[in-house]
Amino acid sequence: MSTVASQKRGFGEVLWDYLTTVDHKKIAHLYLIGGGFFFLLGGLEAMAIRIQLIKPENDFVSAGFYNELLTMHGTTMIFLAAMPLIFALMNAVVPLQIGARDVAFPFLNALGVWLFILGGILLNLSWFLGGAPDAGWTAYTPLSVTSPGHGVDFYVLGLQITGAGTLMSGINFLVTIINMRAPGMTYMRMPLFSWTTFVTSTLILFAFPALTIGLFLLMFDRMFGSAFFDVGLGGNSIIWQHLFWIFGHPEVYILILPAFGIFSDVIATYSKKRLFGYTAMVFATILIAFLGFMVWAHHMFTVGLGPVANSIFAIATMAIAVPTGIKIFNWLATMWGGRIEINSAMLWALGFIPSFTIGGMTGVMVASVVADYQYHDTYFVVAHFHYVIVGGVVFGILAGLHYWWPKMFGRVLHEGMGKLTFWTFFIGFHLTFFIQHFLGLMGMPRRYWVFLEGQGLDTGNLISTIGAFFMAFGVIVMLVNVVYTAVKGEKAVADPWDGRTLEWTIASPPPHYNFKQTPLVRGLDPLWIEKTEGKGHVTPAEPLDDIHMPNSSILPFLMSVGLFIAGFGFIYQVDYNWAYILLFGGMAMTLVCMLIRSLKDDHGYHIPKVELEREAD
Amino acid sequence: MKGWMGKLRAFALLGLTAIVLSACGKENLTALDPKGYGADQSLYLIILTTVIMLFVLAIVMIVYTIVLIRYRKKKGQEDFIPKQVEGNKTLETVWTIIPIILLLIIAVPTITATFDLADESAASDSLNVEVTGNQYWWHFNYEGQEIQTSQDLYVPVGERVYLNMMSSDVIHSFWVPTIAGKMDVNPENENTMYIEAQEEGVYWGKCAEFCGPSHSLMDFKVIAVSQEEFDQWVEDMQNVDPEAEPESTVAQEGQSLFQENNCMSCHAIGSSPAQIGPNLTNFGDRSTLAGVEDMTKENLVQWIMDPESMKPGNKMTGNYPEVSEDDAGKIAEYLMQLEPSEITPESAGTE
Repeated sequence: MSTVASQKRGFGEVLWDYLTTVDHKKIAHLYLIGGGFFFLLGGLEAMAIRIQLIKPENDFVSAGFYNELLTMHGTTMIFLAAMPLIFALMNAVVPLQIGARDVAFPFLNALGVWLFILGGILLNLSWFLGGAPDAGWTAYTPLSVTSPGHGVDFYVLGLQITGAGTLMSGINFLVTIINMRAPGMTYMRMPLFSWTTFVTSTLILFAFPALTIGLFLLMFDRMFGSAFFDVGLGGNSIIWQHLFWIFGHPEVYILILPAFGIFSDVIATYSKKRLFGYTAMVFATILIAFLGFMVWAHHMFTVGLGPVANSIFAIATMAIAVPTGIKIFNWLATMWGGRIEINSAMLWALGFIPSFTIGGMTGVMVASVVADYQYHDTYFVVAHFHYVIVGGVVFGILAGLHYWWPKMFGRVLHEGMGKLTFWTFFIGFHLTFFIQHFLGLMGMPRRYWVFLEGQGLDTGNLISTIGAFFMAFGVIVMLVNVVYTAVKGEKAVADPWDGRTLEWTIASPPPHYNFKQTPLVRGLDPLWIEKTEGKGHVTPAEPLDDIHMPNSSILPFLMSVGLFIAGFGFIYQVDYNWAYILLFGGMAMTLVCMLIRSLKDDHGYHIPKVELEREAD
Repeated sequence: MKGWMGKLRAFALLGLTAIVLSACGKENLTALDPKGYGADQSLYLIILTTVIMLFVLAIVMIVYTIVLIRYRKKKGQEDFIPKQVEGNKTLETVWTIIPIILLLIIAVPTITATFDLADESAASDSLNVEVTGNQYWWHFNYEGQEIQTSQDLYVPVGERVYLNMMSSDVIHSFWVPTIAGKMDVNPENENTMYIEAQEEGVYWGKCAEFCGPSHSLMDFKVIAVSQEEFDQWVEDMQNVDPEAEPESTVAQEGQSLFQENNCMSCHAIGSSPAQIGPNLTNFGDRSTLAGVEDMTKENLVQWIMDPESMKPGNKMTGNYPEVSEDDAGKIAEYLMQLEPSEITPESAGTE
């Protein structure tokens, strides 16, 4: 059973394995493939946007198509690329870091990934079915309610299905981290990436329901004739903005906090030092998460909420700069006095510090209400959030991928190509986005299909587009690197980076049961403690015994397919009666799968002790 | 904002002059060279926050550089194990307290300015204009003056003008970067802001809230003229005779075509409140067509025949009878001679 992974298998067998897997490591692969695919798609959309804006009054794409591109770029990058890629790393790493054999609910984990993938596919099929959503990733009402065609319907259903998966995964990680830590792994001994996953999961739990509600109201308005956002019938369109940003602002922290965790682990490892101010780092994370719920209206300074509301939200927003600043200085202090090894993973962390600091600076600047009256909805804001999301989240994901690739796939990514990716992407990133701060202040609002000739915006836009091509080149090199590594890459040992945490105590890639014996944790950085005390390996907390494992199941995939089909039903029942067949058929499929899951006892299986003993370490 | 804050401001202005001069953008569109009260307030805060934040960035970058130079792994260090430091209370307190102080320095003027710009106490004694945002044009109704106009907003220089803004469809945002920051134009409630131009000029305005395919083509102008010129303009606009017969025969034919084709069911000339389409009272005085195109007869003919090619998604397309090129030319001739006032964008100086 456990040696299957190393044997040659047919394509069909591998496909079936992945369709039915409940193993967190394989689910991580699925998240990575799905998220990576959508990242490339979102990148293509970004390139089309930048080519359209290479010169004034360009006609590379039409106005309507441009709006679809910008909507799908934002939606794809946030919901279908950044979040899943972060989930890929969480799935691959967190159970290993806390010394667990899997997540708390492996079945739910599989359901989460399939809901994400099928929701993402549903959303993107809109391109071929009459046009993608075109009301911006924020889908402000009434524009989104009145948008003709089915584009926004696909947005609503696609995000609803994907969002359900995200909510499940968030709950799953919460329970996993609360219940499944190895003996001795107290909260204040958890690696920062596990900590930030924990806090992020809490944010998901409280933030996503706001989006769910908002999407349901939008769905009722568009498909079932309600009038929640219709001013003419007594509705209120500003409510959407509140619901969206009560979700949307914490979402920013849902993305960035795991990245902070990755950087904390990467910087400590390659500096050969314990994380400076661990306790402060943990509490800064919690404080950022808490404050993250108090600041949503800073996206709405120009809505006309009045000076009192604007002032309160401005102060709360500025306050977030304090814990974030603590983190930046703690990372610097971690490196101070260390022995810094600069490889491609560390380069992303080093590139992150200045880039994200600039993003944080402009974050404080946009919090200053009256200054924001100028910044709001201009390229200044576009520059700001790309500095935070690319310079923070994407750099973090790339650092994490280079750092944990050996653990995930058993091979080390090529160093030379890794560095080439970094430098082209890093230079391209600053070239693309730095100038946009000035474009905004020079009078260029965001989401502009064309800018006019003779308004002084030509050079800045040209520079920005050139930068985008550098970024695209970096991504292509990264792709080549992945393929090269898969074919010819250097095989990874269990602990290639002289690591400090539990994931480096087991083979790369780990056996499907992760830990033969659950480890005993004696402090922060458990592996490092054992290394400094000369042992080099972690003491087991239990004798070798049978290991209980969950069974694979096709049900999560089938449940997701059911909702996917029902999604089409919801969208098309507006025009055609036959769509009710899809609606009810799809829902029935999901419910029957749920019934089977509830009624059928599935106790999993045991890996016998004898087999474990047979396997060499 | 006096004393050391004033000095900081002067210093900041000096330091940023170079940047501002080199990357200021187009005069009368940029927010970096303000000619209005609101934009002035914004720029002050932009500079203040930039300077403080650059100070923070400088400190981070200095430490960062030192770290990278001094602590990068060197040859012969393979076995060196750095001291495992847990933390340092003093240091950590320092980098918690100092940012709090810096943020307070930003917070106080921010809140002062926020309340200042929301001050509506002078509204009843000032000129009030009802602003309506539409896909994709702007309508201005001078309250109590019986003046309706679209696209070009005439205001007296040095005076506070209160704008009471609402949308007829989706959310728009009123933004004239050189004079004032922006304010959303919502369908459900009236938002009020005031603008005060400090110099005469024609200022570009843009819609800043995503509103559909032609969001990027929803430009308008604020034309700040002297008080006398403004009074003259008000008088001229109030005395417009909507039925006045044009001088040239072509324009006369255009006028009858305009009426025959029921253009007036959406558009208005004079102070009629109808506003499904833009008010055309002083159409000939405008410097741009549809906010973004040059005001030429050729362009206007194209607009009348195929508005979709100039503003995708506009509400005129498909809602009027087909017009031949010949007829369109006559209508254009009629519209372009609607020049009721001596006061035009040129009175305010060049753009």
